[in-house]
Amino acid sequence: MTGNAFIQAGLYIVTLLVLAWPLGIYMARVFEGRPPVFMRWLRPVERGLYRLAGVKEDEMGWLRYAGALLLFNVAGLLAVYALQRLQAWLPLNPQHFGNVPPDLAFNTAASFATNTNWQSYSGESTLSYLTQMLGLTVQNFVSAASGIAVLLALIRGFTRRETDTLGNFWVDLTRATLYVLLPLSLLLSLALVEQGVVQTFSPYKEAARIEAIAYDEPMLDAQGQPQLDADGKPETRHAEATTQTLALGPAASQIAIKQLGTNGGGFFGANSAHPYENPTPLSNFLEMLAILLIPAALCVTFGRMLHDDRQGVAILAAMTIVLAALMAVCIWAEQAGNPGFTQAGLATTASDMQPGGNMEGKETRFGIVNSAIWATATTAASNGSVNAMHDSFTPLGGLAPMWLMQLGEVIFGGVGSGLYGMIVFALVAVFIAGLMIGRTPEYLGKKIESFEIKMAAVVLLAPAAAALIGAAIAVLVDAGAGAVANPGAHGFSEILYAFSSAANNNGSAFAGLNTNNFFYNLTLGLAMLIARYWVIVLVLAIAASLAAKKIVPVSNGTLPTHGPMFVALLISTVVIVGALTFLPALALGPIAEQLQMLAH
Amino acid sequence: MKNEIRPALVLLLAFTLITGLIYPALVTGIAQLAFPRQAEGSLILRNGKPVGSTLIGQNFAAPKYFWSRPSATEPMPYNAAAGSGSNLGPLNPALAEAVKARIDALRASDPHQNAPIPVDLVTSSASGLDPHISPAAAAWQAPRVANARKLPLEQVQALIAQHTQKRQWGVLGEPRVNVLELNLALDALPHAKN
Repeated sequence: MTGNAFIQAGLYIVTLLVLAWPLGIYMARVFEGRPPVFMRWLRPVERGLYRLAGVKEDEMGWLRYAGALLLFNVAGLLAVYALQRLQAWLPLNPQHFGNVPPDLAFNTAASFATNTNWQSYSGESTLSYLTQMLGLTVQNFVSAASGIAVLLALIRGFTRRETDTLGNFWVDLTRATLYVLLPLSLLLSLALVEQGVVQTFSPYKEAARIEAIAYDEPMLDAQGQPQLDADGKPETRHAEATTQTLALGPAASQIAIKQLGTNGGGFFGANSAHPYENPTPLSNFLEMLAILLIPAALCVTFGRMLHDDRQGVAILAAMTIVLAALMAVCIWAEQAGNPGFTQAGLATTASDMQPGGNMEGKETRFGIVNSAIWATATTAASNGSVNAMHDSFTPLGGLAPMWLMQLGEVIFGGVGSGLYGMIVFALVAVFIAGLMIGRTPEYLGKKIESFEIKMAAVVLLAPAAAALIGAAIAVLVDAGAGAVANPGAHGFSEILYAFSSAANNNGSAFAGLNTNNFFYNLTLGLAMLIARYWVIVLVLAIAASLAAKKIVPVSNGTLPTHGPMFVALLISTVVIVGALTFLPALALGPIAEQLQMLAH
Repeated sequence: MKNEIRPALVLLLAFTLITGLIYPALVTGIAQLAFPRQAEGSLILRNGKPVGSTLIGQNFAAPKYFWSRPSATEPMPYNAAAGSGSNLGPLNPALAEAVKARIDALRASDPHQNAPIPVDLVTSSASGLDPHISPAAAAWQAPRVANARKLPLEQVQALIAQHTQKRQWGVLGEPRVNVLELNLALDALPHAKN
């Protein structure tokens, strides 16, 4: 790693932690119903929404809370599905895109409702501006707010005693959207436009190319399908492009919330590698901060709401340590690059004149360092947006983001969902510690008993099972295995990455895998739904069980959960579970490929 | 559960209006007033007609122009209506072949240039629309461009230096040269013999 790599990675992590602190305190006040003075003008809007919707702000038990969340999410999913299926007849469709086919529309709806934002389509050639705004932007907000709501219910499980209520879902959802996500998105989107991100309702523009370019144009039949010759190959004719079509749209407003809400779905197919989504190193820095900002700040919120900041700091420390370690691996591997490039006589050493390293699938303005920082940040969080193509990463460089997803999206993780996942890991950690020292485990004053641990085990296993079983099925059927774009171990990595991504609600891809077909749209869509809602319902059940318990006073026998010892215990639990579950599968993919690369 | 149906539908509708319509419209309004050039795609205009965008690369093949990075977009390179990377894995033979063909083309374009080729000049970008090359990749091409335009090498190098962007704030990102802007500046030189 060069000196500049350390400076950029260090600056990123330090800035993130510095910003997370005040935001975390602000969110704690908002979620406890006492927003600071400068935001109180939103109170009438909030109350107006409750009156309109018939929300009584009463306390809910866990079943009612879960029911409200599921109902709201199903309604959102259906709305996104309907918008896609009807977009040809709706306004704000300047490129006259047709309706989205049913399997792709289902996949996209499931993807955005579950905060995954897996994309089997390219926005600029598939979706109307209306679908992007009314469908996707809205889910970017409310899926993130849903995650925060579940986290708040779980925190109340710790702060309350001998009660059967967890708060009101509608209130949590509304506050998270109005006071947190909307103001931050407004600020970020304007900063991004200033840097060059597009924000317009104009149709795409034609620009004259300085140099015309000859190319083979695929011939289409009357139905718009590729015309095949006698051998079944697509027929082409020679053509010359004298202009360049510049895809535009209301991108900045969607990109801001895509990053802040750990959604990750790009306005354009190339996602944050597209210069209109991420034009400068500064826009890149702001977007990377936005990816981890709220998940990091929620740790602070957690400590605040427990009246013990150290508890939040301990979890934040565990997350930061794992992130920094895998970030270093990724930067190192990508900078070391592809031995094939060096053998071909290319200049691959980093300097102030060139980024060097493995530049396949990377943008010049981001180079190696910012591509690797982004890759680890976006998979630590369940964001999944990319500013470089992970499919072209070196084997170890690609292993880092894949494993971060497989750890269960708890290293920062999704907005809300990352922290509730990490708290479940904390329960397992204190349980293991309790077994070792022979005491009943406690966490934050609550006895952890067999019900919580059973639920926790299922919470941890459901996404892992969905990922591994899904990948196994895909490898066995032609529709799955036939979609890979790269031969050998790398092709398996593409499939494993896809299911790890969907089953942990990340959404990033080894994008060579051709997933826009019935098999992948369906299986990945189901993996996303199972991973998200199965976990949410069980986490709420754990919250209810904890809320019903007494609070145990701290004694000599209590394992402190705020010191370095607990941080190490928590990290070990996450890493060991993640390693044991996925090592065999990883051995067939990136590890095998790394060995092949060394043998080259 | 029945009591939750009204809040679910009304709030979904309300948030659709607030976050799906009012918010993007508000951002568009402010952006069009405060940053109209950026909001519309940072277009480069010549006689009022767009000839490209400072943010979107174009393909160049003539010796008198600096060449951009390879682009994997379909059906033609630098298709800004469908940006994409190659998604070739590091050990894919197709990647090795593509890189070799690009090396051969660059070598053939300037047989006297013996320096190693910077890796970014023969690898395709993530978006397929990368507007930049590294300063090293520009320097490598300078003798060819100077030769083709019958310009002193120093003049071409000075033009590269003028169009080299440093790391933002001295720290962020990578040093880079905007190829389209550099080529337009070359064409605008008074002595250019096209």
